[in-house]
Amino acid sequence: MKRILIVGATSAIATACARLWAAEGAELFLVARNAERLAETVADLTPRGAAAVHGFELDVNDVHRHADMLEACAAALQQIDIVLIAHGTLPDQAACEADTELMLAEFATNAGATLALLNRLAARLEMQRCGTLAVISSVAGDRGRASNYVYGSAKAAVTACCEGLRARLFRHGVHVVTIKPGFVDTPMTRDLPLPRPLVISAEQAAARIVAGIARRRAVLYVPAFWAAIMFVIRSLPQPIFKRLRL
Amino acid sequence: MSGTVHCWGHQPAIAQTPHAPVWRDETPGQLAALHARFGTTLPFGNGRSYGDSCLAASDHVLHLARLDRFIATDWSRGIVRAEAGMQLATLITAALGHGWFVPVTPGTRFVTLGGALANDVHGKNHHRRGTFGRHVRAFGLLRSDDGTLECTPQTRPELFAASIGGLGLTGIVTWVELQLMPVRTGWLDTVTQRFGRIDDFFRLSAELDPLHEYTVAWIDCLARSARGVYFAGDHAEFGPDAPSPGRVWGVPATPPVSLMNRASLALFNQAYWRAHPAQPRRARSWYQPFFYPLDRIARWNRIYGRRGFQQFQCVLPDAAAEPALRELLGAIAAHGRGSFLAVLKRCGDLASPGLLSFPMAGHSLALDFPHDPALEALFERLDAIVHEAGGRLYPAKDAHMSGQHFRHAYPAWERLERLRDPALMSRFWQRVTT
Ligand SMILES: Cc1cc2nc3c(=O)[nH]c(=O)nc-3n(C[C@H](O)[C@H](O)[C@H](O)COP(=O)(O)OP(=O)(O)OC[C@H]3O[C@@H](n4cnc5c(N)ncnc54)[C@H](O)[C@@H]3O)c2cc1C
Repeated sequence: MKRILIVGATSAIATACARLWAAEGAELFLVARNAERLAETVADLTPRGAAAVHGFELDVNDVHRHADMLEACAAALQQIDIVLIAHGTLPDQAACEADTELMLAEFATNAGATLALLNRLAARLEMQRCGTLAVISSVAGDRGRASNYVYGSAKAAVTACCEGLRARLFRHGVHVVTIKPGFVDTPMTRDLPLPRPLVISAEQAAARIVAGIARRRAVLYVPAFWAAIMFVIRSLPQPIFKRLRL
Repeated sequence: MSGTVHCWGHQPAIAQTPHAPVWRDETPGQLAALHARFGTTLPFGNGRSYGDSCLAASDHVLHLARLDRFIATDWSRGIVRAEAGMQLATLITAALGHGWFVPVTPGTRFVTLGGALANDVHGKNHHRRGTFGRHVRAFGLLRSDDGTLECTPQTRPELFAASIGGLGLTGIVTWVELQLMPVRTGWLDTVTQRFGRIDDFFRLSAELDPLHEYTVAWIDCLARSARGVYFAGDHAEFGPDAPSPGRVWGVPATPPVSLMNRASLALFNQAYWRAHPAQPRRARSWYQPFFYPLDRIARWNRIYGRRGFQQFQCVLPDAAAEPALRELLGAIAAHGRGSFLAVLKRCGDLASPGLLSFPMAGHSLALDFPHDPALEALFERLDAIVHEAGGRLYPAKDAHMSGQHFRHAYPAWERLERLRDPALMSRFWQRVTT
């Protein structure tokens, strides 16, 4: 039986992953900031097969409560086999350009809080000498685009941090997976004009993520064709890239 | 949710813009917003209704697919409360592990609890258990005028009765509490036997229906004699573990013309009939192929091509069933276009709590036809036979019935109209009540 910690557990992708793990009979520790939605998610997962489900209310920006959360999680699960970090917001780029405070707040949620969590989790898993840390970053972190570089730079920080942690932790038997979703149909992207053929459902994304974590992949593009798209985008030279409206 | 949704038969092919709440507390706000912006809307489950009964008059539907969580389960008594967007497939998977099954299931498990309630669906065990609504203990109903209500037969008898089979017009069903049925395994003991003439069907049905939980017949309406195959089943006491899930085949794209034509149908029907035994054969089947043979082919509705297809389902009261059925089959054979899926089923006399529930004691016949302008004349003829026999058509499968026939067959429609939520209106309701 897997014992799994999920941060940002009420996000569409995290919930879909939790349902797949529940069907395998896993024990889950769910962390989210909205108490009511957390309770609704907890109630849903036991009938789907989870061995047990625990809920913990936390705003990830409340960095000084991370330790409490981790302590409660360790007490409930004993050993943590998988951690999925899935919280995040999609900043309004134009609003951030006009408001530095807002930009910093968005950066704090998407990068600062994640790095703070990873720092504590790394120590815990290093002590266990086993387990997998899976972190949802984004294809947006692969290059800074004019249309969303605040989000992109936060995700770039997460991606780089994961890569460093992977190198630090692998000698301790701990594995790190960087998950880079493309366009997923979730409440977060509800109002974006996304190109339909590239959009997948949260359930499709979750199937790939759960399988990728089980296979201990290092970097997981979701779905796989984003690896090819991002290879091309990363290869574009600056003089061309800066002229593109991406 | 991005994209658009349609009804199952793509007939009428009117795209609906979905507005999908993710959390229970978002639904009231979205209903109010749709009411204010578009006048009316309609709850939408999973679009397994064939015609316009799941299409909003405004073409903006409140799509409930994301509200699919369990709320509470009592496995000792087999009582489950879940959000209305949960599909029967999810519920069955969870319940079987605890020795329970849904008491009534239609021919696809991809319908939602809300959709099953709003059409008061029936299954192959109608003669034993009646409709879905008989097993509903309570539900949450969100109305644009009265807010959120809890409905049970005791607390709100009127709204309870009007919402079961209420075609999504009395309010948004937000959650459903259902009494499940105890079973020992997910396996069924089945009996299969083909028959050569419609008289033989009536004989088999009279003899075997009372003995079995599930019964249904397929008929070849291209053959002059209306030959067919009779199926019966009962939940098995014993059986091995669940088989590994079979592969799901998909129809990848919609062909420009229907692959269903007279030649392919005749060939199929001939082969299908011959494949079944002349004498009763007993076997054991996993519940999925028994109840949901079509679920193995994802989006099978596409084989009917871009023009879509229409289903015709009627129920004929016992007294007139035999002669009326002969007349219907005669008219279809004379028309010569036939039907791939022709299903005959005896309905029992267990009363539904719903005002506008479709089944009545007698026989129900369901047929699929590729859409075609020439259908109109055939359907007119079939409708007249049904009307004459005192039967009625099933709104969940309909895209054509006349308002006159509807109002005659469902006299309680005015009671439903009085309880209709003013923010809700379907294309079907507009068509048949005005
Ligand atoms: C292959 C196949 C086999 C079938 N076999 C049978 C059968 O054997 N017996 C039978 O009875 N039917 C059968 N049906 C029809 C099907 O069971 C019904 O149409 C069912 O209601 C579809 O449910 P849905 O969740 O897809 O709802 P939709 O088709 O999306 O909606 C159906 C109705 O329910 C309303 N509704 C949906 N959700 C809610 C809600 N939360 N609150 C209030 N109203 C709501 C809608 O407004 C609409 O009026 C079959 C359909 C298919 C495709």
